[in-house]
Amino acid sequence: MTETTRSYEHPGITDPMLDEQAPGTAAFAKPVAAVAAGPAAEKAACGELSSATVDLAKELAEAGIEDVLRELDEELIGLAPVKTRIREIAALLLVERVRRKLGLSSEAPTLHMSFTGNPGTGKTTVALRMAHILHRLGFVRKGHLVSVTRDDLVGQYIGHTAPKTKEILKKAMGGVLFIDEAYYLHRAENERDYGQEAIEILLQVMENQREDLVVILAGYADRMERFFSSNPGFRSRIAHHIDFPDYAEGELLQISEMILAKQNYKLSERGREALERYVAARKLLPHFSNARSIRNALDRARLRQANRIVRSAGQVKITADDLMTIEAPDLLASRVFGQQAAASSPLSNESEETFD
Amino acid sequence: MRLTQGCFSFLPDLTDAQIRAQAQYCIDHGWAVNLEFTDDPHPRNTYWEMWGLPMFDIKDAAALMMELAECRKVYGDRYIRLSGFDSTHGWESVRLSFLVNRPAQEPGFKLIRQEREGRSVRYTTQAYETDRPEGQRYR
Repeated sequence: MTETTRSYEHPGITDPMLDEQAPGTAAFAKPVAAVAAGPAAEKAACGELSSATVDLAKELAEAGIEDVLRELDEELIGLAPVKTRIREIAALLLVERVRRKLGLSSEAPTLHMSFTGNPGTGKTTVALRMAHILHRLGFVRKGHLVSVTRDDLVGQYIGHTAPKTKEILKKAMGGVLFIDEAYYLHRAENERDYGQEAIEILLQVMENQREDLVVILAGYADRMERFFSSNPGFRSRIAHHIDFPDYAEGELLQISEMILAKQNYKLSERGREALERYVAARKLLPHFSNARSIRNALDRARLRQANRIVRSAGQVKITADDLMTIEAPDLLASRVFGQQAAASSPLSNESEETFD
Repeated sequence: MRLTQGCFSFLPDLTDAQIRAQAQYCIDHGWAVNLEFTDDPHPRNTYWEMWGLPMFDIKDAAALMMELAECRKVYGDRYIRLSGFDSTHGWESVRLSFLVNRPAQEPGFKLIRQEREGRSVRYTTQAYETDRPEGQRYR
C-alpha cells in the first residue's frame, strides 16, 4: 500500500535503472523477499507496536477533517442523527488511518453507504461532504462526487448497459459515486430489465475495487428497504446505513433564512410571520419535499417581490433595503394558503409547481 | 528482438504500479489517456486499434488500470500501448506514449533487400509475424 502511495508522489522512473536484474526476475524476486521477511519482521514489529504511542490529536489536525465537520455543523441545519453518524464514521476512519500507519490493518475498510430519507433532506449535500471527509482522510484519492441516476447507468438496448455503467464507474474512480433513487435500478415487474446487469457490474466493482471507489446509494426509506431485500448482495456490501429525518418547522425557517442570506435577501418582521405560516401550511400539502420546497417557495417569493418593486417604481424611491427585503405579501400571495382546504380532500393531486 | 517504441522502451518493462503512476501523471495534466493494441508492430504503423473510447473524463488511474486488465485479458498476446493525448490549443497531439504489454515471444524484424537497377539496393524491414494474417500472429 505504502509503495503505491509513494510512487504517486514521484511519477518518474527511477528504480528500474538501478535494478540490475532482468525485468522478469526483478518482478518475481521482490514478493519472495517480502514473504521471507514477513513473519520475522511482524514479530519484531509487534513488540515495538504495543509500546508505540500515537498523537491522535495531531493526526486529526493533519487530516483537517475537523474543519469539514465544523462546516457540516454550521452549514447544515438539523440532521442531528446524520451528523452524529458522520462523526462516528470519521472517527473510525481516523483510527483506521493510524492503525494502517502502524501496520495493524491491511485491508481497505468497506465504506459504501446508503442514505435513506425523504426528498429534500440533504442527502446529496451530505454525500458531497462525505466525499470531502473521505478525501481528507485519504480513503479516496481524488474526492470528487459523481452523481447519477438509473438513466446514467442503464442502457436502452442489449449490450448497451455494461459499457454505460463501466463508463460511469471509471469516471467515479478515486472519488464517490452517488446513485440517487437507487431502487429504480431494480424493476421487479420486468425480469429482463437491463437494470439487473448494471447491478451486477456495480456489485462486482464495489467488492473488488473497494480502495478505488466509494458508492453511496440514496432514496426513500421504504423503497430502499424493498430494494435491499430483493438484492441482498447490496445490503451486505454496504457498511453504513444512514437515515435522514424530516426537518422540523423551526429548522425549515432557519434554512430559509440561510438561503436568503446567501443571496443577500432578508425577511421583514411581517415577512417572517408569513413564512412561518407558509411552512406550516406547505407541510400539510402533498409533494412536500422539505428544504427543496422551501427553496422553490423562496424563489417564487423573490419573483413576486421583484414584480411588486417594478410596479411601485413610478411612485416611490427604491432603496437598497427595499431590494433586499421580502415582505409578507410576497409570501402570502402563494396559492398554498388557498389550497389548504382542498388538500385534505383525496382528489387533490396537484404537482408542486401548481402551488404558486 | 525486444521492440523499442515510445517512451521508456529501453528500460525494463514498467510494473503496474509504475504504469499507474504514469497514467495518473497524464490525467493530472488533463490529457486523455487511451489504450491501443496491435499485432503489426512496424514502426510506421501508427494506426493501432483502440481499446474502447479515449478516457478523457476520468480522475483516477484506477479506471485505466481496470481497462488495461481487461484489454490484457483479451489481447494479452499483442502489443498494447498507453498514450496521453493533450487537446489544448497548440498541442492537439499525443504527449506521452509507451508500451504496457508485449507478446511473450518477439521474433523481431527481417531486413529485406531489393535489388534495383545499377546495382543499387533498397532496404526495408518487415516483422516476421506479419507473414501471417492479422489475428493469427504471436501465437
